Amino acid sequence: MKKVYINSIASISPQKTFDSSEFLNEIIIHEDQVVFAVEPVYKDYIPPAAARRMAKGIKMGVVASKMALREAGLEQVDAIITGTGMGCLRDSEKFLSGIIDNNEQFLTPTSFIQSTHNTVGGQIALELQCKGYNFTYVHGSNSFESALMDAKLQLELEEAENILIGGVDELADYTTKLNKIIHHIKDKKTSSHNLLDSKTKGAVFGEGANFFVLSNKKQATAYAEVVSVKIFNTLSESDVAETALSFLKENNLTVEAIDAIVLGRNGDVEFDGFYTKLSLSLFSNTPQICYKHLIGEFNTASPFGIWLASKILKTQNVPNVLKWNEKNTSSYNTILLYNQYRGENHSFIILKSC
Amino acid sequence: MSQGVAITGMGIISAIGNNVAENFRSLVEGKKGITTISKINTIHKDVIKVGEIGYTNSQLEHILGLTPDNNYSRTGLIGAIAAKEAFANAGIKDINAFKTGLISATSVGGMDMTEKYYYDYLEHETHRRYIASHHAGDSTQKIAEQLGIDKSLVTTISTACSSAANAIMLGARLIKSGQLDRVIVGGSDCMSKFTINGFKTLMILSDTYNTPFDENRKGLNLGEAAAFLVLESDAVVKAENKPVLGYVKGYGNANDAFHQTASSDHGDGATLAMEKALKVAGYTPKDIDYINAHGTATGNNDLSEGRAIIRVFGEEVPDFSSTKAYTGHTLAAAGAIEAVYSILAMQNNVIFPNLNFKTQMKEFNITPQLELKEKELQTVMSNSFGFGGNCSTVIFSKNQ
Repeated sequence: MKKVYINSIASISPQKTFDSSEFLNEIIIHEDQVVFAVEPVYKDYIPPAAARRMAKGIKMGVVASKMALREAGLEQVDAIITGTGMGCLRDSEKFLSGIIDNNEQFLTPTSFIQSTHNTVGGQIALELQCKGYNFTYVHGSNSFESALMDAKLQLELEEAENILIGGVDELADYTTKLNKIIHHIKDKKTSSHNLLDSKTKGAVFGEGANFFVLSNKKQATAYAEVVSVKIFNTLSESDVAETALSFLKENNLTVEAIDAIVLGRNGDVEFDGFYTKLSLSLFSNTPQICYKHLIGEFNTASPFGIWLASKILKTQNVPNVLKWNEKNTSSYNTILLYNQYRGENHSFIILKSC
Repeated sequence: MSQGVAITGMGIISAIGNNVAENFRSLVEGKKGITTISKINTIHKDVIKVGEIGYTNSQLEHILGLTPDNNYSRTGLIGAIAAKEAFANAGIKDINAFKTGLISATSVGGMDMTEKYYYDYLEHETHRRYIASHHAGDSTQKIAEQLGIDKSLVTTISTACSSAANAIMLGARLIKSGQLDRVIVGGSDCMSKFTINGFKTLMILSDTYNTPFDENRKGLNLGEAAAFLVLESDAVVKAENKPVLGYVKGYGNANDAFHQTASSDHGDGATLAMEKALKVAGYTPKDIDYINAHGTATGNNDLSEGRAIIRVFGEEVPDFSSTKAYTGHTLAAAGAIEAVYSILAMQNNVIFPNLNFKTQMKEFNITPQLELKEKELQTVMSNSFGFGGNCSTVIFSKNQ
């Protein structure tokens, strides 16, 4: 079986991450319950007329995909696999409120067409004229991980050589309101400074697009090797440590071999216990890294974890703002990532320097 | 690594039946399930026809034994019914005996509840539990819960009308590569005002019964349905000495890369999907005994698909028919619905007729199968194409 490499990375997030030569050089401290993506200059990547027609999620997805292709020096890929938890929310809201407000009359198809979950994947294919394999996964916080798993399988079996994968989700106003009334979004504004220690219910919601070129041919630009990815629809808090251990064992690794663990902790007192199970026990001596205080929570926030782990493996540098504990290590070679959302859809990923 | 991908169970609920046996009876009797809409109050009710499942939500909840405080969308409810039938059909007793996963497909997810309570959510607390069941993955999580699949690989695919075909494809790949021993694959989509109005604005809804591959076709009827297959590895089949209903022999996925909602004139994506599927199966076009076409009865699809079929099969196009006249277009579930019909066709050596056809299309001279036809079937090809250019083909075979 072939090894699988991350040859390029691209991130549009609530931090200034779109410039790939930087690694969180300046941090934006967010204060609100929802945090919006910092957008690049879209016209550097797509014609302004096209950009105007696209909702933010589509724009972020299409542009992040172009950034990833540019870094990999590719004009074409063999497959495009995207993940999105909520799909094109803004167009969905627009079309739905149109239906209700105007009693099913005077509707135009544009927002319906753009509301389908596979809009971003389809748009990228259209722009690249890529007729290859094209999938969109929509499974909550495992949407991106499903795409990663799928791509890895194809590359290992040499069914493809270069695959573009990505995760994208956008915030939309009405859905934000709904998530506030059911307290999935925090009741009070919370600063990035103390979000992860907030001890309150709910999360701060964010948005973004993270795209990668995966390949079974390592390029000079390569960041990391994707060693393993595994997803679980359910796990109880008491399962997490054992599951992490057996995942490491399946990959012939021990806890000591892990140079850093990237946790999807989001400051929700109800569900951060899953992460604490790992941070206080098995990995208490391992450098721990958190990121959702910088970008908020969304179904495809976890690929930001992959983005930063890739950066760490390549640069051997961990920005202080990411450090959850005081532990350090001389070199970062193997990183474990764990994520879940509201106790569902857990993922474990191992990345290795290459 | 497993060579074969065996189908050991199937389940379905659609406008023409609440289980596999009822669906088969309707298919054989030429009984379509297209009617005036009764369960959704839409201003379009007099100018569209749909394929609705007979049960109301409360009947479905009762069958599943759910408590009144459940937050299942209709997509989750019908999905759970079909998946449970597939599970029982496969005789699965100990779910933990083998590495088991679930891959579902949906396009509307929990939109049925969202559109019902959208503004009400802010005013009243009563239905707020449905807010969290809006997203597409939720219906799949519910189905997994109903089947007792936990701590497992569970995911959802949404590639518009090709979604369930892609779920079957991914399931087959996970079995072949040894990542799973057993996987339940399929899709579920319920009727919603959202999709009715969406397709209405695209002006591709027929005001009468849909007529696939007919020169005067006026568009599609929307349908709601769910269907699932149980796929198992050679090792599981051997260990449990299981009866096998058929095999997933080939699959192909391609993108038309032509237009967000329309298929290219000559069906480039469709052609590629069929060719890839034949290659994976190790077949030549001659090996296909019957094609269950996507055949939505829109002007665009049937022309594009017909041309693609001719491109792949040349002068010798096998018998083909679309079963959309029975069920309506069931969107993300269509690939799974038609997988069940393809397997029923092989099991019973019968080709289901393409109903409502009157006039030959003028662009080509291929004609769908119009009567129920008895014929020994070793292989069936099933096509599913969707918005976003997503094109998928799955090939089923009777024997490994």
